[in-house]
Amino acid sequence: MSTGLSLSGVGKDFRVRGRTVRALDGIDLVAAPGDFVCVVGASGSGKSTLLSLVAGLIPPTSGEIQLHGRPVTGPGPDRGLVPQAGTLYPWRTVERNVAFGLELLPLDRAERARRVSWYLAETGLAGLRKSLPRQLSGGQQQRVAIARALACEPEVLLLDEPFGALDVQTKEDMQVLVRQVWQDTGTTVLMVTHDVEEAVFLGQRVIVLACDPGRIAAEIPVELAEERGLDVKRSAGFLELRASVEDLVRAYHAQVR
Amino acid sequence: MSPLANHVTERAAGELRTRRENWRPLPRRRPPRRVPAVLAIRAPIPKPWRWTLIVLSLAIPLVVWTALSASGAVSPTFLPSPRAVLATGLEMARTGELFTDLWATLRRILYGFGIAVLISVPLGIAMGTFQAAQSLFEPLIGLVRYLPAVAFIPLLLIWLGTDEAPKVALLVLGTVFFNTVMTADVVRTVPRAIIDVSYTLGARRGEVLRKVIVPYALPGIIDAIRVNAAAAWNFVVVAELVASTTGLGRRIVQAQRFLQTSKIFAVLVVIAVLGVVIDVALRLLRNRVGRWVG
Repeated sequence: MSTGLSLSGVGKDFRVRGRTVRALDGIDLVAAPGDFVCVVGASGSGKSTLLSLVAGLIPPTSGEIQLHGRPVTGPGPDRGLVPQAGTLYPWRTVERNVAFGLELLPLDRAERARRVSWYLAETGLAGLRKSLPRQLSGGQQQRVAIARALACEPEVLLLDEPFGALDVQTKEDMQVLVRQVWQDTGTTVLMVTHDVEEAVFLGQRVIVLACDPGRIAAEIPVELAEERGLDVKRSAGFLELRASVEDLVRAYHAQVR
Repeated sequence: MSPLANHVTERAAGELRTRRENWRPLPRRRPPRRVPAVLAIRAPIPKPWRWTLIVLSLAIPLVVWTALSASGAVSPTFLPSPRAVLATGLEMARTGELFTDLWATLRRILYGFGIAVLISVPLGIAMGTFQAAQSLFEPLIGLVRYLPAVAFIPLLLIWLGTDEAPKVALLVLGTVFFNTVMTADVVRTVPRAIIDVSYTLGARRGEVLRKVIVPYALPGIIDAIRVNAAAAWNFVVVAELVASTTGLGRRIVQAQRFLQTSKIFAVLVVIAVLGVVIDVALRLLRNRVGRWVG
């Protein structure tokens, strides 16, 4: 019986044209409540599959995933998901997108509005509450997706390359936002990315996945100050850590070629 | 040596690299001629051009028609003048027969196409959402869809008599399958990711269907209805041509018996205008419902 998220011996096979392909193999991972864990790996390392498994959207072929000691059997609001792009409800305004999960719960209107307003303010969307998704920039859309997931007060926030489609400047704004939101809400965050710099900047721990089959190659603690501004990215400690994680990612990527 | 440089040499060693030869320079084509803005692919055209073309599109046929009938090259029995058609139309409106026929036809559309929509939209949503529904209905619909509905008229007359029932049935038969298939196609465009995310926000199966899939597909469903409403018009007139005592189609057959070509033309114009009105109404509805599509 443990608190937080735990994966033990998790594997996933897919059938591709009659052939069985092992996407993930023997994944052991523990995230205590309030942890920020980043998973990096090249494309094809099964990063997204890992998040889909934790979200409960697909069942593991082997092993078990538990949240607070209860096995994960399907998707639920205790594990909020933010995919890369394009999952907002295009017919709903920003505030009604954020309210989606709350509308499914027995909450009175005022209570719902109060919560939605807090998440909108937290993600810097207060001025855009009546806008439609198509009127927003890519960065703003991802803010909405994050606010929408957080509004359900998930135990774990799953970020699946959420800034992969954004330009560098917007991406950095979003990284600062995610750190801040993480600290303000105390949610556990499990984030998957191919951007090593992003992983080292955001995470308390960085897990490197090896390809084919996806498995954990290394787990690296990030010993940087808890209060991180973007200038941390220029510090010697950061650069060194980033370089060593990059070496690992490359080494395991190169093996496949 | 930095890790990056190391990486590059490692790869270079595995591949056989040669410098590019000194080929003769690639031939260049001369730059394309400038074309007027009106002929550029998918480019907006100047507003006056646009309106001129829109007006011409209706004006040219009308002028040709007027000229043909005025020149006397074609006998008025075959081609009545626009003026005569207008006069006949007004006369039909005055005596009220136009409105009786119009209402009879419209009512059949309302019933027949209405029933078709009531069946096809839920069925199409089910087929686009559940693989079970898809497997159960697709083979049958795929088969029946290509049978011409008109070929069922004799059978419908035997089964249902000559009253309203066979006409309504023909309309249903003619439109229900296409509208089902088109609705299912629209529903299948709802992205997997948006459905998945909805589950992680706590939505149950029924809520995903009601609050995500249906609203997402609604503008497309209305589009499908618009397309098939035009088919409904076709079928209602055919049904009335075959066996009916009322309706615009019936009026055409009767006018033919008395060689009243101007009446036929007047009815055709009414059908065209009404079709456009329905189309525009559905388009407005779609734009309202689908404002978010942008």
